[in-house]
Amino acid sequence: MPKDFEPTRGIGASSKRREDIRFLTGSGRYTDDINLRRQTHVFFLRSDVAHGRLTGVDTSAAEDMPGVLKVFTGADFAEIGGMPCGWQVTDKHGQPMQEPKHPVLAHEKVRHVGEPIAAVVAETLAQARDAAEAIVVDIDELPAVVNMKDAVKDGAPKVHDDLTSNLCYDWGFVEENKDAVNKAFEQAAHVTTLELVNNRLVANPMEPRVAIGDYNRSDGEHTLYTTSQNPHVIRLLMGAFVLGIPEHKLRVVAPDVGGGFGTKIFHYQEEAFCTFAAKAVGRPVKWTSSRSEAFMSDAHGRDHVTKIELALDADNNFTALRTDTYANMGAYLSTFAPSVPTWLHGTLMAGNYKTPLIYVNVKAVFTNTVPVDAYRGAGRPEATYQLERLIDKAAHELKVDPIKLRRQNFVTEFPYATPVAVEYDTGDYNATMDKLEEIADHAGFEARRRESESKGKLRGFGVNCYIEACGIAPSNLVGQLGARAGLYESAMVRVNATGGLVVMTGSHSHGQGHETSFAQVVADMIGIDENMVEIVHGDTSKVPMGMGTYGSRSLAVGGSAMVRATEKIIAKAKKIASHLLEASEGDIELKDGAFSVAGTDKSVAWGDVTLAAYVPHNYPLEEIEPGLEETAFYDPSNFTYPAGAYACEVELDPETGHVTVERFTAADDFGNVVNPMIVTGQVHGGLAQGIGQALLENCAYDEDGQLLSASYMDYAMPRASDLPFYDVDHSCQTPCTHNPLGVKGCGEAGAIGSPPAVVNAVLDAIRSGGKDIGHIDMPVSPARVWEAMNV
Amino acid sequence: MYDFEIERPGNVADAVKALGQEDAQPLSGGQTLIPTLKARLAMPSVLVSLAGIDELKGVEMRDGALWIGGGTTHATVMREAADSYPALASLAARIGDPAVRNRGTIGGSLANNDPSACYPAGALASGATIETDRREIAADDYFQGMFTTALEEGEIVTGVRFPIPQAAHYEKFIQPASRFPLVAAFVARFDSHVRVAITGASNEGVFRWREAEAALGATFAASALDGLTLDGGEMISDLHGSGAYRAHLCGVMTRRAVQSIV
Ligand SMILES: Cc1cc2nc3c(=O)[nH]c(=O)nc-3n(C[C@H](O)[C@H](O)[C@H](O)COP(=O)(O)OP(=O)(O)OC[C@H]3O[C@@H](n4cnc5c(N)ncnc54)[C@H](O)[C@@H]3O)c2cc1C
Repeated sequence: MPKDFEPTRGIGASSKRREDIRFLTGSGRYTDDINLRRQTHVFFLRSDVAHGRLTGVDTSAAEDMPGVLKVFTGADFAEIGGMPCGWQVTDKHGQPMQEPKHPVLAHEKVRHVGEPIAAVVAETLAQARDAAEAIVVDIDELPAVVNMKDAVKDGAPKVHDDLTSNLCYDWGFVEENKDAVNKAFEQAAHVTTLELVNNRLVANPMEPRVAIGDYNRSDGEHTLYTTSQNPHVIRLLMGAFVLGIPEHKLRVVAPDVGGGFGTKIFHYQEEAFCTFAAKAVGRPVKWTSSRSEAFMSDAHGRDHVTKIELALDADNNFTALRTDTYANMGAYLSTFAPSVPTWLHGTLMAGNYKTPLIYVNVKAVFTNTVPVDAYRGAGRPEATYQLERLIDKAAHELKVDPIKLRRQNFVTEFPYATPVAVEYDTGDYNATMDKLEEIADHAGFEARRRESESKGKLRGFGVNCYIEACGIAPSNLVGQLGARAGLYESAMVRVNATGGLVVMTGSHSHGQGHETSFAQVVADMIGIDENMVEIVHGDTSKVPMGMGTYGSRSLAVGGSAMVRATEKIIAKAKKIASHLLEASEGDIELKDGAFSVAGTDKSVAWGDVTLAAYVPHNYPLEEIEPGLEETAFYDPSNFTYPAGAYACEVELDPETGHVTVERFTAADDFGNVVNPMIVTGQVHGGLAQGIGQALLENCAYDEDGQLLSASYMDYAMPRASDLPFYDVDHSCQTPCTHNPLGVKGCGEAGAIGSPPAVVNAVLDAIRSGGKDIGHIDMPVSPARVWEAMNV
Repeated sequence: MYDFEIERPGNVADAVKALGQEDAQPLSGGQTLIPTLKARLAMPSVLVSLAGIDELKGVEMRDGALWIGGGTTHATVMREAADSYPALASLAARIGDPAVRNRGTIGGSLANNDPSACYPAGALASGATIETDRREIAADDYFQGMFTTALEEGEIVTGVRFPIPQAAHYEKFIQPASRFPLVAAFVARFDSHVRVAITGASNEGVFRWREAEAALGATFAASALDGLTLDGGEMISDLHGSGAYRAHLCGVMTRRAVQSIV
């Protein structure tokens, strides 16, 4: 939205983030800030080998150590449910995926470095840790499987003895299209093939995970305080599947959470352990992850190995696309892991293009590594990266301009049903590309390249498009696809007698600024000041229900629920107003926080109506109840499809291979924008993570399954100095057609859309130096660039 | 961390005495030692803090050389050596981040002799002398391999004497995660000779590149290095680069350092 017309309040205003006052002044309340009376501490003894048979765990010496209350091992959990998986994928033969047991503490075998073997609960953390060192663990080490292609070979060591192999599933999508796709390849005028790796990442939220279990003997209620993006989901999964605690006896609280990026969606062993142990020892049990533990126990992201092929006709129209992907699941199925390489990935393989025939094959594989699950973008970055790298490669093979090739194949008519099951409701990919070319100053690139060359550097320009499916998701659809949950959102709007509102939402906020933008939406609908609206989230005892924050769904789904609940509030308030104004309900208008009778100067203020609702002296009691509180559940009818075009300009030092990002431009279509400043911030953060993946971040294992990048000494996070000032634009807006706000979601776009632009730019730079290396895998480290150019 | 006692002596003599206790270890800035303790990779019974010893601190000219007390922080060197030995001040200015520079000390860095640390390159290329509580050790004799020095048990680095070259430059190529040197070269040009020290590359820790020194001693120009290579087979090979890449970077960093001087 152009700055001149930006409203100063309500929808479209860049209201300052109210939550930042507490975050920036150190008065946020994070889980680790909570300390309960008589609290104890747990230390987890974790496996330092990747694969082995647990032949003995002797805790006797540990039990006698000072301060120790109890030592737990896998045997204590043998009778208790394991960690559940929330999504069942059906393979290409119609069979359900192989689903291994996932114990709270390792039992009989260890399957990755970092898997908890035993847990010591003691008065202090130091005592717990001392005692853990006195536990004698006997492990018969087994050969580890780390490489996915090795893992699926006959005779490979099996991660799970009771499964038939390390193959979780072999998924074909759409299986019925396979023959037609193969035929199109036979008839193609040109075929471009690319093999690539989507590197494994560690999310690294600033706040590591924390869990505190508490049990109240007097009423039998369990409380879990945890660093979660979705406390209700944890309540359901842990209560129903792991510990057998009914929802009304289990409260899950996720207070301020210092970043999630997906990795705090999942239900983890430590949460179940602390909840269980609090009852067993009769005192609260607290665990705070160290950064080292986070590296080896937070679910990792990405880790795909793909071969992708594009068929084109003689006029360079895309005729078919075929992919063959190995997706690493790690040693166990994390909560939503199976859905990531399938329904969040295969369904996006059409990208922004009208390729008529697509076949996606995904083999999900168990290895002796930390489980892999959704990480900012989840499946969509992998889809975008493959496709947009492939199109760039095709353009160079065919010697056509990469932007022109993209434009030629854009979907331009909407709604558009892709051959991979989803229907894009709206979009304008030429508009975002036009915008991109303008603000990236594509025309000025050659001059900038010459300037770099005069300094002995190479310069490259890379573009890509992206599309993502957000606002997950229609419950009936995901149910058919294997989700073991609904994906609606709820909102409860409680109006107080004096006119202020409290909105209880299931969309947890952990950095996204919900407390500000949600308040803008509700305040705008009523025409009152944003400060009259309070947003409450993160506590199952306060919020009726919630499916949480991920998949850029909060505004599109959670916000829509809020709109629906507020509409109910307004409808009831109009009834009350019509009584007070002695006018017919149909004539009542709400504007700027006052109800008036159409065509008259009679009006009554919002606060008078809310007061009447709670002090119903003059009130239509025979028609409506007192009070003003409404709940709505919103289940979307489709995904939303944010899309955009990104450009990256890099400078490359040919002597060292070092790449710097000189410019980065993002032109996004997020539909309507509630708070432009927050949206810009979300894009900035996503870009940092995407550029981080492209240039720096790499979670690496050696062949024995030892984690090589197990600390910040070896895992390179992007720093401010690694990043340029971004040019971000979201003025191209095709509003979503099926949710009341017309919004699409912006949280993941930056991370999805940026890696291919960076790699395309690096390859362009190398090409300008006279060498076409075809492809380079991420992270594009100096060493890799130098080797690609020189070895 | 395991439990330990901490002592805070006010002078070197008391520190040496305290270090005579079993499993005692000096603590300076703690930028290396504290993370090691937190990871329970070390188990000293007594930590002897050198932080309160004034005689270990300072940056001053002594007999034509620059003396830096063993307990002097990187930030202090960055500021106070800026005029007398700008290349060394610039090296100090690029160690870690402000927090590290305000705590970490030159003595701690040289005692630790991390194969990727910066100061060892500065000291070796300058031909510095390491002063301890009991003797003086020439840099050429002091660095004895990765994390190994000539220091004896309980011996404290009390100061370092840097002869000041005619010109010098430290060229650092960072490892992207830790931001320690992946490879860095310190080139010091003296009236009669040139010294080149390389850090980050070798499994043996910091080393002098003697062929480069000879070539530059004859002609001080980047072109003098043409054709000179090091053997990557002997070098560190890890996630961040192969030995061959590091060997290549030794050449690039040395050349750039020379170019910055001439
Ligand atoms: C985030 C980070 C980034 C860093 N980046 C760099 C970098 O880019 N380049 C670089 O060179 N270094 C880097 N360092 C290391 C830093 O320079 C440390 O300060 C230094 O290595 C150790 O100095 P210290 O005073 O902290 O020593 P300590 O940690 O206190 O001690 C280190 C070791 O030396 C011993 N010791 C300490 N003082 C003496 C003494 N006077 N005599 C004898 N023995 C002693 C101790 O017993 C211990 O074994 C980094 C550190 C961190 C945490």
